[in-house]
Amino acid sequence: MNTIAYFKERFDQFQPGEDQGGLDKLRGQAFQTFSQMGIPGSKHEEWKYTRIAGLFNKEFQLPADPLTGIVSPDDLNRLRLPGHEATNELVFVNGFYSFSLSKIRSTNLQVLALEEAADGEFRGIVNQWLGDSSHYQKDGLNALNTAFVHGAVFIHAGKAEHIEHPLYIYHITDARSVNILSQPRSLMYLSEQAHAQVVENYATLGSNESFTNQIMEIIVEQEARLEYYKVQNDGSNTNQVSTTHIRQIGKSFIQAVTISLDGGLIRNNLNVILDAKNCEAHLYGLYFQTGHSHIDNHTIVDNVKPNCLSNELYKGILNHQSTGVFNGKIFVRQPAQKTNAYQSNKNILLSDTCSVNTKPQLEIFADDVKCTHGCTVGRLNEEGLFYLQSRGISEKTARNLLLSAYASDILDQIKLLSLRGWVEKLINERLEKELS
Amino acid sequence: MKTELILPKSPEVENELTTIEKTVFSDYKYGFVTEIEADEAPKGLNEDVIRFISARKKEPQWMLDWRLKAYRQWLTMKSPDWANIHYPAINYQDIIYYSAPKQKINPKNLDEIDPELIRTFERLGISLEEQKRLTGVAVDAVIDSVSIGTSFKGQLAELGIIFCSMSEAIQEHPELIREHLGSVVPISDNYFSALNAAVFSDGSFCYIPKGVRCPMELSTYFRINAINTGQFERTLIVAEAGSYVSYLEGCTAPMRDENQLHAAVVELVALENAEIKYSTVQNWYPGDKQGRGGVYNFVTKRGICKGNHSKISWTQVETGSAITWKYPSVILKGDYSTGEFYSVAVTNNYQQADTGTKMMHLGKNTRSRIVSKGISAGFSNNSYRGLVHVSKNASHARNFSQCDSLLLGDKCGAHTFPYIEVRNNTAVVEHEATTSKIGEDQIFYCNQRGIDTETAVALIINGFAKEVMNQLPMEFAVEAQKLLAISLEGSVG
Repeated sequence: MNTIAYFKERFDQFQPGEDQGGLDKLRGQAFQTFSQMGIPGSKHEEWKYTRIAGLFNKEFQLPADPLTGIVSPDDLNRLRLPGHEATNELVFVNGFYSFSLSKIRSTNLQVLALEEAADGEFRGIVNQWLGDSSHYQKDGLNALNTAFVHGAVFIHAGKAEHIEHPLYIYHITDARSVNILSQPRSLMYLSEQAHAQVVENYATLGSNESFTNQIMEIIVEQEARLEYYKVQNDGSNTNQVSTTHIRQIGKSFIQAVTISLDGGLIRNNLNVILDAKNCEAHLYGLYFQTGHSHIDNHTIVDNVKPNCLSNELYKGILNHQSTGVFNGKIFVRQPAQKTNAYQSNKNILLSDTCSVNTKPQLEIFADDVKCTHGCTVGRLNEEGLFYLQSRGISEKTARNLLLSAYASDILDQIKLLSLRGWVEKLINERLEKELS
Repeated sequence: MKTELILPKSPEVENELTTIEKTVFSDYKYGFVTEIEADEAPKGLNEDVIRFISARKKEPQWMLDWRLKAYRQWLTMKSPDWANIHYPAINYQDIIYYSAPKQKINPKNLDEIDPELIRTFERLGISLEEQKRLTGVAVDAVIDSVSIGTSFKGQLAELGIIFCSMSEAIQEHPELIREHLGSVVPISDNYFSALNAAVFSDGSFCYIPKGVRCPMELSTYFRINAINTGQFERTLIVAEAGSYVSYLEGCTAPMRDENQLHAAVVELVALENAEIKYSTVQNWYPGDKQGRGGVYNFVTKRGICKGNHSKISWTQVETGSAITWKYPSVILKGDYSTGEFYSVAVTNNYQQADTGTKMMHLGKNTRSRIVSKGISAGFSNNSYRGLVHVSKNASHARNFSQCDSLLLGDKCGAHTFPYIEVRNNTAVVEHEATTSKIGEDQIFYCNQRGIDTETAVALIINGFAKEVMNQLPMEFAVEAQKLLAISLEGSVG
């Protein structure tokens, strides 16, 4: 059965219950889009270097309903990140938000089912912003997630609320018995002057293959502040397409850090829409890939309004047969005068079998702007290695030092200390292993 | 006069509008039609037209077969749509594919050439006579489809250099043509190269024998002339081991309402230790201020550094054409070979340019350098699209790319699409790009020193493009700077 036919059958069976808040219409439209576009192939410019169509030849089960109890609190315990005692924990299992496993510690944070939000006081927000990412991700995968929106979550931070505990979002896929396709979805709204920290993490249980097609959309209001972290350290039997879409609708500050350490195939879409004057956005990324893994970071910084600042730095280390892809787009629309946009991508290739494809792309329609981008691909600096070795430091330690320093530019941007400590530990272990 | 350019509304600037308008909207200087009787093929494209072209040029059977193969290939292909350009679909049946100025006999020297044609060249400022005497440049002038005059041929022949029209080469040097034609740009390479292979009417062929350093710059002046005639030039340059040649190509076209299609193919082959330097100044009719008319320029240019230590260098100044679709590329096959690409692309009014390069690193220790300067004004869109590919075996490859864009006015666009594909960890690849406008502080600095705004802008633009201009041979440098001035001077508020 071809992929579209399979999903068509699933969509026809799909009964999320009575229509609440007009989500059915959105699903229907999205499914229409999906049937037209299908799974993007390598002819799709945005998917030129990341081939996912072949994955769908494997049988992936799309769970219809949250299967309660498959992931036990014990399972979750093993997956929890350090410092979780002082966090708000939001747990998705196979793409469905689990109220029983999640724990909200901050009283000023509202987390409710999307259906409930769409039917209640947040109806306006949900109607306006759910699916906003589809304007940027024009492919079948984005539509596929929207078509099956169910068990999604709406996160709201009220006016001037500073969410004390960071939000740790765990996307758990239980592939212990079959291959699973999970499609978590969340919508977050940061009201005026609200502050929040968000961490997304992914884990797969079992040895079957998993495919996570996740979307998180975040709307940031006037004077709000968002710190967003995505940490990917999953097994090699996993595939991930993870979209984070941030729209700044008032002058605000956001910072997004994406750390990709492991996983079979990872595609990250990070969109930042600077949709108000005087917005500031910082995008950082670090990827360290080994084995046969594939990492693809696609970022879009869309400058819609004037006087915004964006800064982007992505660094990568590739080893073995891994492949890396970076595509950074900066759009500066005609009204967005006085935009300052910077972008840089640096890659270090450790083995002679890894490869990298990078495409830093600028599209500029305003003249009073300062935009630069740059990218480099190379090896470790031989002079640096020699300098250290001539001072009695072993080659291995020297390499380790140089690579740690290289990574620290990004790691220093992680402001959650417990998270930073954990990521640093992972990277040090990795370096130790790779360089021995 | 009403201006389409939206400029900042400060009083000083408004005073300057008249000068700005004068320069920005200055009419295309080279818009005139030479009235020459033409020998034309029937409108449209089919196998009969190809047979007509081939027969008219008295081509051998293998050439006709090659053309027909290309045509059949072309029929199965689709027009590419990935470039950042927009234009109405081209009706390929509405084009005359062959048009030759009527000549009784092949001219043996310049005196026998139609005086009307000579006057055309004089108005363009490249009088064959003058060039011959003063600059020492051998000119193979191509008007529409047939080469009408070749000078300095004797001098070149003494060194064993062959510099003649493609049709002549097919007659006289079939072995060289059969070996190299289509070896760099195969007929199936892309839609426009297949079309060119099927219907190409003429072009230049240049062969530099082993160890010869060509003593003069070789130059061809392409010119689209008769109404509705597409130009399908085919150029092939072969540099044998240890040779050197510098080749110039320049273009102007008369003003025209209907769009003209130009799909040329240029192939360069550099063998061991050979060096080819290819420079272009392109100033075809860009369309009027409303974006009507203008030349569609779809060109496939590619060189191969076949031998070790060979070098190919492309330099281009693109100021004309309604649409430019052009990616002069280098395949760095030989070890220690070098590829260079220097480009200035200027777009104004409604012009669209999607241009850049491809550097394919296949050999070891290969090096490439890309310097691209885009200047956009008016409502135009200017894109740089480049690929740097380092293959698995290309150890110690080195690339440096720089693409800078200058925006004049807030209705134009500048785009950068660099693709970097690295499969070898000993490669060092760097890319950097900037986009900016002319700084008010820079203008102020010049004003302070008594340089008026208009001159200051010209100064800054020329400075911006200098890195590329420096690569042009003397003969072109002056013309290129003039072109920049005509296209852009003063278009900044």
